[in-house]
Amino acid sequence: MTREEVLQKVIPVISDKLGIDEDQVVGDAHFINDLGADSLGLVDITMALEEEFGLEIPDEDAGKLETVNSMIDYIIKAA
Amino acid sequence: MKKVRIRGVGHYAPERVVTNEYLATIVDTNDEWIQTRTGIQSRRFVAPDQTTSDMAAEAARMAMKQAGIQPDDIDLVVVGTSSPDMLYPSTACVVCDKLQLKSPTAFDLQAGCSGFVYGLTTATQFLRTGLKKNALVIGADAISRFIDFSDRTTCVLFGDAAGAMLLSSTEEGSDQVLCSIDGTDGSGGKYLSMPAGGAQKPASIYTLQNHEHSVHMNGKEIFKFAVRISIYMIENMLQQTGLTIDDIDHFVFHQANVRIIDAAVNRMGFSKEKVIYTLHEYGNTSSASIPFTLSLANQNGTIKENDIVLMVVFGAGLTYAGSIVRW
Repeated sequence: MTREEVLQKVIPVISDKLGIDEDQVVGDAHFINDLGADSLGLVDITMALEEEFGLEIPDEDAGKLETVNSMIDYIIKAA
Repeated sequence: MKKVRIRGVGHYAPERVVTNEYLATIVDTNDEWIQTRTGIQSRRFVAPDQTTSDMAAEAARMAMKQAGIQPDDIDLVVVGTSSPDMLYPSTACVVCDKLQLKSPTAFDLQAGCSGFVYGLTTATQFLRTGLKKNALVIGADAISRFIDFSDRTTCVLFGDAAGAMLLSSTEEGSDQVLCSIDGTDGSGGKYLSMPAGGAQKPASIYTLQNHEHSVHMNGKEIFKFAVRISIYMIENMLQQTGLTIDDIDHFVFHQANVRIIDAAVNRMGFSKEKVIYTLHEYGNTSSASIPFTLSLANQNGTIKENDIVLMVVFGAGLTYAGSIVRW
């Protein structure tokens, strides 16, 4: 999967789970500082992405994925 | 097989209201933080001279009165609890004494927050076979007695309460318990536990110093389990009964956290209008959560005769349980 393909799938999920506009979901956005997520919001996003891409993101890894870019990098590697 | 009838429900919450503002005076938290992450605004705590069996007995009295059933006629008592009065005798036995029941089969059922619904399924089997005639199924917990107020993420979640349901076995009519589902994922036990006080790690000065006699929870793992298992149970029960989402009049989720309920409902795509909430006012009352919510909704007229009610719960174990009943 290309980075662009992953991004196109990730944007609507994050936008839906956090209740924000899709154009706010840019690569270097920080989930907590820029997009207003809290810990449960991050778990909700992680779960939805696990289902979308058919993979499991362990809690110890999920904790390190603080930006949209880092999440995309992780998915490309794991998928 | 005989039929199971729901004859009455009851509930009880202690008088002492504990608000988020009050908690903010004893732990590092605030009302906004608690409400956005849990939906909870207040909860009730037992009085110093009150215990789990007192709440259980109060809820049971209300259910018995509603059913018009005398203490002598009850031959089964199941108390779902994870905060029993003591290790033994069981809380169910203490309840028998408080209600002056004759000589029923009485036992506690420890399935974490799922205790009541596990108990409902258990009692239903006794009633269908005709082995027992009138069953008192209670969910009661005083989790406030096992909270570590230095753990700010967990101590704000729980409240104390009890709920009860009186079920009878009859020859006529239709069975009001339409289906049930329950199970356990033992591998998740570590995510929600009270480590000390049992045979593995009896009370000692060390267990006290390490705060091991209180609720220990990994909120993120429980969130994931709760959302996924709730959806699984709802889909499974709809399949079992041939009912659709539209046929369900009320959804009673375990009142653990509004974010869990909302995440499950949003994923399934049905309207929140059918969901009954009591957590904003009472918090997570553990085993009491489901029967307390059912009884309160029955009392205020939300749930009416013949309504189809779906309930799902999850808890320490990790356990899960659900049922669909016709009111």
